[in-house]
Amino acid sequence: MNSKGRFGEFGGQYISETLMNELIKLEECYNEAKNDPSFQEELNFLLNEYAGRPSRLYYAAKMTEDLGGAKIYLKREDLNHTGSHKLNNCIGQALLAKRMGKTRLIAETGAGQHGVATATVAALLGMECEIFMGKEDTIRQALNVYRMELLGAKVNAVTTGTMTLKDAVNDAMKEWAGRVDDTHYCLGSVMGPHPFPTIVRDFQSVISKEARVQILEKEGKLPAAVIACVGGGSNAIGAFYNFINDKGVELIGCEAGGRGVDTPETAATIATGTMGIFHGMKSLFCQNEYGQIAPVYSISAGLDYPGIGPEHAYLNSIGRAQYVPITDDEAVEAFEYMSRTEGIIPAIESSHAIAYAMKIAKKYSKDQSIIINVSGRGDKDVAAIARYRGVDLHE
Amino acid sequence: MSDKIRESFDKNPNKKAFIAFITAGDPDIESTEEFILKMADAGADIIEVGIPFSDPVAEGAVIQNANVRALKAGTTTDKVFEMVKRVREKSDVTLCFMTYANLVYHYGYDRFFAYCEELGISGVIIPDMPYEEKEEMESISLKYGVKYISMVAPTSEDRVKMIAKEAKGFIYVVSSMGVTGVRDNISTDLSPIISHIREVTDVPCAIGFGIKEPEQAKTMAGVSDGAIVGSAIVRIVEKYGKDAGQYIYDYVKSMKEAVLQA
Repeated sequence: MNSKGRFGEFGGQYISETLMNELIKLEECYNEAKNDPSFQEELNFLLNEYAGRPSRLYYAAKMTEDLGGAKIYLKREDLNHTGSHKLNNCIGQALLAKRMGKTRLIAETGAGQHGVATATVAALLGMECEIFMGKEDTIRQALNVYRMELLGAKVNAVTTGTMTLKDAVNDAMKEWAGRVDDTHYCLGSVMGPHPFPTIVRDFQSVISKEARVQILEKEGKLPAAVIACVGGGSNAIGAFYNFINDKGVELIGCEAGGRGVDTPETAATIATGTMGIFHGMKSLFCQNEYGQIAPVYSISAGLDYPGIGPEHAYLNSIGRAQYVPITDDEAVEAFEYMSRTEGIIPAIESSHAIAYAMKIAKKYSKDQSIIINVSGRGDKDVAAIARYRGVDLHE
Repeated sequence: MSDKIRESFDKNPNKKAFIAFITAGDPDIESTEEFILKMADAGADIIEVGIPFSDPVAEGAVIQNANVRALKAGTTTDKVFEMVKRVREKSDVTLCFMTYANLVYHYGYDRFFAYCEELGISGVIIPDMPYEEKEEMESISLKYGVKYISMVAPTSEDRVKMIAKEAKGFIYVVSSMGVTGVRDNISTDLSPIISHIREVTDVPCAIGFGIKEPEQAKTMAGVSDGAIVGSAIVRIVEKYGKDAGQYIYDYVKSMKEAVLQA
């Protein structure tokens, strides 16, 4: 007998007994809310009026011409309030938390985008907020730390392990296990124990719900491919979800290859990971022969995670989606390319997806289209990219 | 088949047990071997041997740091098994493993539990494998006579009886919310949980998380069948390193005496 929340053999609820009832209550609350018109109305109101949805599907004419293949469309999640897709999920989960009578939100963050989005919703809804962020990331993304504090959140720098996203998740889980009465853990990706991978996917699926309608309006047919970056995988599953049944649409996730998948300095889970049980789920993880979780690396703090959401592991296993590694170098080049070609500075995370589109655009004919999910904007990355290029820049 | 865990409770006049935890490989695997023997000599009824994991999410800072030290010292699942093998040449103390699901999964359930059987390991405690997920492991561990130890928490409420009904070995009652670590006082009233358990099973219940002082151990064993202590022992290792043996012996002895008075 397999437990709840399975995608094939992936997923499940591998979590301490202390949190089990809380997860069960969350699932019940979510199932009720899903079918409650007043919840949907409030969610849609905030997504449209506050976050600024629907986000644009922009035809990138110059990139299209330059790359000389498929028409390139950009799903502009970078134009979402707070600058990334993360807010879609945070609004949904914060409304759920309120419905459950919680007054406090906690969250992990890598690049800081999910932390900022959580802090933003907490401010909006008058909730207390505490963010866990690896110390290494608080340095890489110092501006986002200040941003969260400005929004009224407390930021805890996590000093254990590799001091990055994985360790931030560890500490957020520990915090939650110690305080469930008034606190909801607003998990930022399609990972962790059931029901999180499903809840987060549903809240992010607005991306492909909109994109599917938009591309049919503009092109009169479905795209040849949808491309998104993958860390835990929330923007990617959001961009894929409503295309999964459209068998002719290729779904491509771009993982953080770091300095290369043949080096230990990578975070490409599908390329280098093996089956395991961690952070509440059975999925693929970067780990050693004994199952010790590997210290992963990527230039992108948001993709610097040793696992992948169970639904992605499943889509990979059945061949419905494919996953490719993109190196730091390739991502930085894509970051610069899109900035100067389209006047859009993408997040370094999203740049992994752009890099792959640049590689394959030519493969397609001019009457085919590709959608790239631009999951976030790159303002937060400018200083890091400058340093990468050897420019001594201080924010 | 004899039930070694049960006997570890029943052999004491008040049928209450003192359960000691130690992280294997901290500060090195040879020291752990010595510490286990010292704890057995001092009267520990059951010893939980922690196989270190890179990301022990149920642990507070003390045991987490011990995991880090143990892994830095080169501890692996195989080295822990080899160490237990050496312990078994000198002691038949009741042993359980405590570790995380991924290490057992990765070793291979059959391979892991076959080795456990060979070494006379009585039970396994996996804090990230709750009731809903246990079957994949328990269906195999039982083939090798290794009991999957069930945990019950202050938040378990309506789940207590469901869990207790299927429990084997002993039931690990988590005293308080959060992670492992010493607490000044344990505020949760655990007697309702214990009585719910008693309604459906006579499997012994031991309370863990936060216990440090003999007086706490006596109180906790008083309302249940035993006390489990981890962080307080690991702290001694943290403080004295390789020289911790005698300090651990003295501490465990005092805790065992307290439990016997419960």
